[in-house]
Amino acid sequence: MANNILVVAEARGGDVRKVALEVVAAARSLADGLGGEVHAIVFGGAGIGAVAPKLGAVGADVVLVVEHDGFATYNAEAVAATVATQITTGGYRAALFGASAMGQDLAPRIGARLRVGVAADVVAVSADGTDIVVRHPMNTNKIIATMVLSATPALVSVRPGAVSVGTSAKAGAVQSVASAMDPAAGRVKVTGVSMGGGAKLDLAEAPVIVSGGRGLKAAENFSLVEELAAAFGNAAVGATRAVTDDGWRPHSDQIGQTGRQVSPDLYVAVGISGAIQHIAGMRNSKTIVAINKDKDAPIFKVADYGIVGDVFEILPALTAAVKAARAQG
Amino acid sequence: MKIAVCIKRVADMGARFQIGADGTSVSDAGIKYDMSDFDEWAVEAALQLNEKHGGGEVTVISLGPDAAQETIRKALAMGADKGVHLKADRIPFDGFAIAEALAAELKDGAYDLILFGRIAVDSAAGVTGAMVAELLGLPCVTAVSKLDVNGAMGTAERQVEGGVETLSFPLPALCTIDQGLVTQARYPSLKGIMAAKKKPLESKPAQLGAISVSVRKMELPPERSAGRIVGEGAAAVPELIRLLQTEAKVL
Repeated sequence: MANNILVVAEARGGDVRKVALEVVAAARSLADGLGGEVHAIVFGGAGIGAVAPKLGAVGADVVLVVEHDGFATYNAEAVAATVATQITTGGYRAALFGASAMGQDLAPRIGARLRVGVAADVVAVSADGTDIVVRHPMNTNKIIATMVLSATPALVSVRPGAVSVGTSAKAGAVQSVASAMDPAAGRVKVTGVSMGGGAKLDLAEAPVIVSGGRGLKAAENFSLVEELAAAFGNAAVGATRAVTDDGWRPHSDQIGQTGRQVSPDLYVAVGISGAIQHIAGMRNSKTIVAINKDKDAPIFKVADYGIVGDVFEILPALTAAVKAARAQG
Repeated sequence: MKIAVCIKRVADMGARFQIGADGTSVSDAGIKYDMSDFDEWAVEAALQLNEKHGGGEVTVISLGPDAAQETIRKALAMGADKGVHLKADRIPFDGFAIAEALAAELKDGAYDLILFGRIAVDSAAGVTGAMVAELLGLPCVTAVSKLDVNGAMGTAERQVEGGVETLSFPLPALCTIDQGLVTQARYPSLKGIMAAKKKPLESKPAQLGAISVSVRKMELPPERSAGRIVGEGAAAVPELIRLLQTEAKVL
């Protein structure tokens, strides 16, 4: 009991998000190290309990289902109250969250309620004897800090994409849990949620990112970037700060020091010179391709593969070649 | 409105960092410091809100060593009215210890709105703001990319993965500020810099809370090995495809 791990499994639109499975996987290896169980708590509207097998399949022994119409969208105050109560009554050694918009909002609220710190946005979490140890990239990914959590519960948020999901199937036995407060009683009300484009992959979850910079010359030329992303089939579109500040792309697409920090399998930088602030957000990508007309652009210093030349000539050719390669594959 | 903005002095992220001799800190050598980007936007947002609604007062609060006063002076030069320095020789890595000190300072301030940056760009945790809100029992919205106040109610937008949430909340409240709310924080004018020297700046010891998250080790990530130029123009595309398939194995 004292070595059990609680996971707050993020759900949206009636399904669990990929980051939820990653966090369960991280919790599974941590619990195995400590000799405990993984309990995943999931919040949602009617029928959310149907996600339990998915959480069990990646390592949850128990799935705690908090079903309420008020949880169809994220309800920070009621979720925080319920998770804090569950951690206390369940006597958990640690609670893990995704370092997503929701998890980054939720974990510190619970930390303050339980009067402990939070290790945020970690890329690894493990047991070292009785300590819980995490690795956290800081100073725009230029330094990796190893941190120790000495309090119980240890609260940790795990960076999306940092942990791979294995197969460690457990029972995923469903238990129903009541909300610790009426979701309608929250002071902060979500009055609307607008999701841009239904099937659009999020930057944190996409295995491939095609990103554009000023070298594209105009907002409408981003269609070339979108076509390349579509050719990959599993790609999201990113942008530099110069481009989002100019309103060519929404701010949510910005990759860099003050935007999103991403680490896809493949990052294609198109017309991006490679300002240090941009590189801060993408340097941890596994493979980087750069296409730029200036052979001395700093982006080529971090790119595994570079093509020098006119993006308007190269992009259509690359899009066609990626389509052909995937058709064969 | 009476607005408080909590700001942090951070290293310039353009630097080539080195690990300090103790192995658990970032070396100071050759490092320049400035206000964290998100905190600058929070100061700018506070100034704009009061300009829009007329009157009010902006107090900036910073926890850290004596040099944090330089960062407070910058916010005063931008137009904030007064500063509070919570003195701590080292800023802990446990956001809860910091949140306790900030909450102790903020609790009797009768602020209508308390703003933070979404994260400090150095420690990159983004936990302190929401913790302070909980400690003070205030409504809280994190990662705000749009903010307005109408009487005793505020409205905000926050970016979530793939979308935007719109929220409403009663004041007093606490918000953490993300990119998108302001395009550019104002630069202090010469007049502002002169005026800032005469604005009140109070310094007192920080009442830090207990620390439960600490750094055991810091290290530099492995350097990326230098890549290669595959070729020039569209003619290089077939070779790139071959490398992505056979060498990088990502296609």
